[in-house]
Amino acid sequence: MSEEMVTVNMTVNGEPVTKTIPVRTHLVDFIRTELGFTGSHLGCEHGVCGACSVRVDGDVVRGCLMLAAQAEGADVMTIEGITDTGEIADLQDKFVERNALQCGFCTPGMLMTAAELLSHKSEMSRNDIREFMSGNYCRCTGYHAIVDAIESINNERLKG
Amino acid sequence: MKAPKFSYIRADSLDHALELLDKHGEDARILAGGQSLMPTLNMRLSQPEVLVDINRLNDLKGISLDGDTVVIGALTRHIDVMNSDIVAEHLPLIAEAMPHVAHVAIRNRGTIGGSIALSDPAAEMPACALALGATLIVQSSSGKREIPAEEFFHGLYETARAENELLVEIRYPSQKKDNVSVFMELARRHGDYAIAGVCAYGKVSGNMVEDMRLVYFASEDRPIIGENAVAALNGKAWCDETKDAVTSALENDLDPMANLHGSATMKMHLQKVLTGRVMDTAVTRAGGAS
Amino acid sequence: MGFIHPYDRPNSYIGRTLPRSRAKRAVAGRGRYTDDITPPRTLHAAFVRSPYAHARILKIDVEAAKAAPGVKLVMTGAELAEMCTGPWIGTLTVFENMKAEPQYPMAVDRACWHGEPVVMIIAETRAQAEDAGELVMVDYEELPVVINKDTALNAGSPVIHANLGDNKAWENTLGSGDVDKAFAEADHVLEETFYFGRHTAVSLEPRIVLCEYDQGTERLTIHTSSQCPHMIETVFARTLGVPEHNVRIVAPDVGGSFGLKIHTFGDEVAATAAAIKLGRPVKFVADRLESFVSDIHARENRVKAKIGIMNDGTMIAAEIDDLSGAGAYSQYPRTSVFEANQILNITFGPYKHPNYRAKATVVYLNAVPTSQYRAVGHPIGISVGEHMMDWAADVTGLDPFEIRRKNVMEDDSYPRNIGSGIPIKDLSHQACLEKLHGLMEYDKLLAEQAELRENGIYRGIGVAGFIKGTAPSPVGYYGAGGARIAAQDATTVKLEPSGGIIVALGVTDQGQGVDTVMEQIAAAAIGCHMDQVRAISGDTDAIPYGGGTYASRATAIGGEATYQAALDLRREILHMAGILLQTDPENLDIVDGNVVDDGSTDARIPLSEIGRIGHFQLGELPNDYQPVLSHTRRYRLQDSPYIYTNGIHGAYVEVDVDTGWIKHLKHWVVEDCGRIINEQLADEQIRGGCVQGLGGALYEHCIYNDYGQLQNGTMADYVTPMMSEMPDIHVGHVQTPTSESELGAKGAGESGTGAAPGVMMNAVNNAIKPLTEGRVTEQPITPELVLKALRKI
Ligand SMILES: Cc1cc2nc3c(=O)[nH]c(=O)nc-3n(C[C@H](O)[C@H](O)[C@H](O)COP(=O)(O)OP(=O)(O)OC[C@H]3O[C@@H](n4cnc5c(N)ncnc54)[C@H](O)[C@@H]3O)c2cc1C
Ligand code: FES
Ligand code: FES
Repeated sequence: MSEEMVTVNMTVNGEPVTKTIPVRTHLVDFIRTELGFTGSHLGCEHGVCGACSVRVDGDVVRGCLMLAAQAEGADVMTIEGITDTGEIADLQDKFVERNALQCGFCTPGMLMTAAELLSHKSEMSRNDIREFMSGNYCRCTGYHAIVDAIESINNERLKG
Repeated sequence: MKAPKFSYIRADSLDHALELLDKHGEDARILAGGQSLMPTLNMRLSQPEVLVDINRLNDLKGISLDGDTVVIGALTRHIDVMNSDIVAEHLPLIAEAMPHVAHVAIRNRGTIGGSIALSDPAAEMPACALALGATLIVQSSSGKREIPAEEFFHGLYETARAENELLVEIRYPSQKKDNVSVFMELARRHGDYAIAGVCAYGKVSGNMVEDMRLVYFASEDRPIIGENAVAALNGKAWCDETKDAVTSALENDLDPMANLHGSATMKMHLQKVLTGRVMDTAVTRAGGAS
Repeated sequence: MGFIHPYDRPNSYIGRTLPRSRAKRAVAGRGRYTDDITPPRTLHAAFVRSPYAHARILKIDVEAAKAAPGVKLVMTGAELAEMCTGPWIGTLTVFENMKAEPQYPMAVDRACWHGEPVVMIIAETRAQAEDAGELVMVDYEELPVVINKDTALNAGSPVIHANLGDNKAWENTLGSGDVDKAFAEADHVLEETFYFGRHTAVSLEPRIVLCEYDQGTERLTIHTSSQCPHMIETVFARTLGVPEHNVRIVAPDVGGSFGLKIHTFGDEVAATAAAIKLGRPVKFVADRLESFVSDIHARENRVKAKIGIMNDGTMIAAEIDDLSGAGAYSQYPRTSVFEANQILNITFGPYKHPNYRAKATVVYLNAVPTSQYRAVGHPIGISVGEHMMDWAADVTGLDPFEIRRKNVMEDDSYPRNIGSGIPIKDLSHQACLEKLHGLMEYDKLLAEQAELRENGIYRGIGVAGFIKGTAPSPVGYYGAGGARIAAQDATTVKLEPSGGIIVALGVTDQGQGVDTVMEQIAAAAIGCHMDQVRAISGDTDAIPYGGGTYASRATAIGGEATYQAALDLRREILHMAGILLQTDPENLDIVDGNVVDDGSTDARIPLSEIGRIGHFQLGELPNDYQPVLSHTRRYRLQDSPYIYTNGIHGAYVEVDVDTGWIKHLKHWVVEDCGRIINEQLADEQIRGGCVQGLGGALYEHCIYNDYGQLQNGTMADYVTPMMSEMPDIHVGHVQTPTSESELGAKGAGESGTGAAPGVMMNAVNNAIKPLTEGRVTEQPITPELVLKALRKI
């Protein structure tokens, strides 16, 4: 079988892009290798680790479980994009201050997922945070500091 | 690992999708949320020739009330089911089960139809469909079929759906006024597929149990109704004696499959424990004393 | 000279929590990991791996693969072997009588484990390389498989490597005192057998190499996710016959390591060989599926333990017999026997029993090679020792804290030896134990536990003390054993013309914060601002030869080298300032980046002036003084084999006694890593380590079937700890600086991992104790094991 190519158009981190790629390319391979946004990582490519989490049309998804071709016309945001918009600048600062990352490989995915959690703008316990974030693997931190960082930003934001 | 080569076609209408299924037969795979299919592609465990992407078929998305029936389009994402007021009010069993399905990023893409069509033996949605007596609507170019959940699940990843049929919608009878439902499962980690699980749906007045359906999943090759257990339960008051009778009857219903997560003996034990717990909770929810 | 020790300076950076600069870019998604680097014309490698645990390779047909789209090279193990200077032999002379089969980077005529690389494909894209891999036809003849360590030495068992005679890799016995006599005299003798499952590291960033060979300069550059760039340089150079000084290894950001990335892997060597052959960059990422069958495994051990105790709870003798299941080969160059060796060394290590005997036997299995993984051997030895301690407490009617109080070595009793004969000093078991007791609010927990039991809720309280060997010395280990692995480490500290300080480290940073810690040490020692100092690590072109980061050595060894090099630079700066100011350097100090009169903070010359004059205006200096302004110091342990640390964990869990499910409610650690440079970083090492240990205690297990096939080699099936099930972890410290170095830092990186499994097992057993005689003695502690201990199934 020959390699089937497809031309995809989408908006990534606010910029429209058009590229012709093999149809089998998943979204994160596309973003990393075709566009050079290397902030989204691959830890398993089977949906378990969450390192590849990106936002598609407003929702956080596993970037390894979606074909780039499926994102035709979509609005895709990665960690680089939401860093530039400043949407979670407070959380990012808190991650640094609280040392909620060590090697940092999980961090973009953690932040993408946490951004969705914070967008709920609701009271949450540490257990709620742990449950919501339960699909993102981190081998380094033991999670405690990540929970601390998210908890304190949620509290700060709720206080206004 | 990277996915093998395949062709990709985005269906732009239901008819288009059905036409593609007819044309490509068993070489085609339907791509819904992709949360089960994509991992198998990325691991090269499956090598379909053609992926038929149904994600743009907006007609297959949505949750509505049709009299006493809740109609959920097959392409409705898990997250939308989880957040639905209709589901919360009329299908509390599903509302209770959905948070156990995977994690947010997966629920944002995964679809209820994909879950049911895939029929993973440890999945929550097939079990709920069976417990609630749902009707599964499948469609091919030659028309629609209605399949009762009782007849849909045939075995390990096997269902009554034919290759060229698309699951288009699931029709659930709304939970009856005096019925209760309880969902419980055991998984090692939050969001994992279950190691043992039970759905209970039926009527409890005081301690009296009637028309109760107990559905077991994660221990067999598909979700199944515990027929003997149910027979020992219905018409009885829930008490220690009934519990013993039900759990020993259950031994005739289940023949658990051992897997990496536990032996058959353990799974049988857990299903018995869960049986007691779902019924305790059912009685409590119905306002009786357990 | 008005030298105030850096700890005593006001606002010293030592002991301060400061953020890491690498963290800032990582949160923005701008970390730079090896896979983020793709030079033009990069090719990609994929491997065909053996589906069998043991099979002869009869024939390999690569014609179809060679013709597949995008393919540039197909190389078999035999072809690769021809490019190698010779096979690897994973022995060290310090392990007497150790046997190992020579091993080539890829299987040559025989595959010995499921996952061993057999054929390499190089193609334009990874997907194409994998496509071509599917076209490779290998004829195998299956051979008998050895997968059960308990029977691997039985007469009649198949032998994996005929040349070795049997499947035994190594056997060793050590100890002290008269164990048999003590057992005869003991009031109680307790015996138990423990099983520990195989684990693997599952660093989130998998192994990766990006290899480039410049055919003009004959320079080989490898970007790789490594803890030990110099060791990789040495091994790859020598294996492929490239002069070592022509090799450059760069470890950019490393996405987790945990010991996995101190090793050398055949597939990485193969990719390097391909880059040399093709003259194009070659990238190889061990994807998650191949990680499970090619990353080193660890921990598979069975331990029989026996202790003798007196009625008052005093332990008078202990014995262990360990059987360790290695893989198909002994991992080169660090071997596969350290785990067993460490179990012998450290089991019952906190206690002062005068009689100890320990035996280890390591056997080869047709499985992935095992080797060092975070806290080597400690989770096993500590689980065994601490379980036996708790059991002894039950038998003698003592509380778990009480029996430990009775048996731990006293804080004022050092230096001394532990039972295994290893010399130790500067430990603080008593202080840690009391601190933990307070931190846990132990008495309150006991009351709560009793009350809840009345309501049918079974909670368990666990404690587990430990010693941990950190920062191994050059004596008795790798280097002395013949491996070219440095136990010394070096730092170069330079003054730049701008007055900035560059600190080039032999040790490396995988997120622990090594760079930041070294900057803190250098800034404190010199007397300048943190933001004047920049650490460089992980590039063998820019750093002095060192061992890298392993065995909790970075701060203990590299830290002292940095400290001493920084003091040398400080001395030179003061010397130069003395000349320029015509003042006795003894009367000068450096504060906030300025040379000042001792006792004053008024700047007389800023470092930027020293830098400028030292580099550009040498005419201002006398002819007999040529500024160096770049100082390298090396440091190694001298008297001790390790810097031992100690500590104790506490855990509070709830066991669902009908289902066997365990809920981990709270975890505490009190540990003594000596001088703490950055408390937050130390705490987070402990926390992360704990969860890694808890993963092993509760979930992680490489499950093999009887045919030697790994059954759960995906992240869906190899269960790792995720956020929802893990507890908050409270960390406390006792600081007893090591007398080995001036800085006084010991290692902290493995103290969480070492004792977490033991404390979990103790807590679970404590929870179910009222209901059963049964005890859990196996890890991972699955619900099934708990139900069995409860006699429910
Ligand atoms: C890490 C992880 C954890 C998970 N945990 C759970 C869990 O705990 N419980 C659980 O239930 N699921 C879990 N899932 C799976 C998830 O719920 C999937 O979304 C779901 O099983 C399949 O739905 P999908 O829409 O993604 O289907 P797809 O992956 O797109 O398709 C699955 C299969 O169904 C077929 N199919 C899909 N839609 C239709 C249709 N309308 N008609 C006919 N055939 C169709 C496809 O051809 C394919 O064979 C998990 C997934 C991941 C990655
Ligand atoms: S890489 Fe997508 S979930 Fe792991
Ligand atoms: S910080 Fe390394 S995996 Fe999370």
